Amino acid sequence: MFDFSIVTQWVHSLLISWMPEGLAVFIECLAIGVCIMLAYAMIAILMIFMERKVCAAFQCRLGPMRVGPQGTIQVFADVFKMLIKEIITIRHADKFLYNLAPYIVILASIMAFSCLPFNKGMEVLDFNVGIFFLMAASSIGVVGILLAGWSSNNKYSLIGAMRSGAQMISYELSVGLSILTIVVLTDTMQLSEIVERQADGWFLFKGHIPACIAFIIYLIAGNAEVNRGPFDLPEAESELTAGYHTEYSGMHFGLFYVAEFVNLFIIAAVAATIFLGGWMPLHIPGLDGFNAVMDFIPGVIWFFGKSFFVVWLLMWIKWTFPRLRIDQILTLEWKYLVPIGLCNLLLMVIIVVFKLHF
Amino acid sequence: MTLQLIVFIVLALFIAVCSVLAVTTSRILRAATYLLFVLFGTAGIYFQLNYSFLGAVQLLIYAGGITVLYVFSILLTSSQGDKAEKLKNGKMIAGAVSTLAGLVICLFVMLKNQFLPSHFVHGELDVRTIGHTLMGMEKYQYVLPFEVISILLLACIVGGILIARKR
Repeated sequence: MFDFSIVTQWVHSLLISWMPEGLAVFIECLAIGVCIMLAYAMIAILMIFMERKVCAAFQCRLGPMRVGPQGTIQVFADVFKMLIKEIITIRHADKFLYNLAPYIVILASIMAFSCLPFNKGMEVLDFNVGIFFLMAASSIGVVGILLAGWSSNNKYSLIGAMRSGAQMISYELSVGLSILTIVVLTDTMQLSEIVERQADGWFLFKGHIPACIAFIIYLIAGNAEVNRGPFDLPEAESELTAGYHTEYSGMHFGLFYVAEFVNLFIIAAVAATIFLGGWMPLHIPGLDGFNAVMDFIPGVIWFFGKSFFVVWLLMWIKWTFPRLRIDQILTLEWKYLVPIGLCNLLLMVIIVVFKLHF
Repeated sequence: MTLQLIVFIVLALFIAVCSVLAVTTSRILRAATYLLFVLFGTAGIYFQLNYSFLGAVQLLIYAGGITVLYVFSILLTSSQGDKAEKLKNGKMIAGAVSTLAGLVICLFVMLKNQFLPSHFVHGELDVRTIGHTLMGMEKYQYVLPFEVISILLLACIVGGILIARKR
């Protein structure tokens, strides 16, 4: 596998030879920040295009076709439209909080995004508590949503924000439990290390039964965590107009929209990293020739291939199932998913203690 | 001036300004938001010290948990236009005096104290070490406080359900 840290080391030594170390580190931080923002925006655009095409395919339509070949430039046109729209300010609203809320949501999303390991040696934030930090960062988004609902001075927004907050806080529990199941199997929380341990088989296969249960729980809870799929009633159009972002227009609405799509990607990418091996190619112990062939495919392609496969699964669920009621959502979480998750964690502990995994 | 020092000064100024704003603003939700920023700044200092576990806990528990709880309860109890009353002069003076007294005591303790020479290992602390210390039963290990706190939390949950449930 190509180790991307060779490139970063080379850039670092080049900068050091020109300037003092502090300045070099500062410039590297700025450059990486810009790269993350660009990647974030590109993934958002890709995700929006994919959502429209997948949705169209499930409804036997074609989706956007007019602008560019197969409608590929449509999303760029939409982004441009969003950028030049007027940002409407609301009377009797708390302007400071109203303008701050989308940025808190996007901050949480970018912090979680920068933890993802894209390739060998290509992880930006790689703490030894990596997966824990990722969960902590993504839990901040709830504050932004609650602030947005409250400061819009609108009853629909407030109810939407409350529903969204209750739902996200509840489902964070299941996401945490299923991640914890895998942490028990790996005995590490560092994301790069988690990927390295999957060199002789992905955790979905190594952890067999409990890992599969955890994967399914993670997909359900992750879908609810980003307010999508059958769990999208915080923004149920027929009852609540558009939920917490009813009063937002222009780029402020755009930020919520982009954060929602990239959060979906982050959920999928974490699922790909901890269950499906991240950038690690498909290795089958014993078949050395096959493994060598798989190693020729770069890690970035593996990572994005797996992530977009999980995204596609989630979109399939979204466009297939009808929406749940709020009490059904909370019942599903507290009466079914959490108890199953706890028992599953116990099962995984037993399997690890008696070494029944592969 | 090293990069470390500059980062620390920026974080410290951010924390100080946000803490003053949190107590001087008259709208309660803004106060909660400034408190969130103060907690972010504190987490930033933990990350600067390379103690990423405590930093992540700070983000998860305080910023993502406690502040959300505050915001939720503010959302449920107060309405949009609510503003705190202006403080009376007497209260203002009492507050200023107690703040100054607190500052003097803190400064006195900090300047008088003989700090032990730091024997601090560079690099991140291993999560395994933290886990063993938290759950171990030997000297300087914390399984008893851990269990006591979990019983306290259980009691809080049971009490909360008892108060909230319909009879």
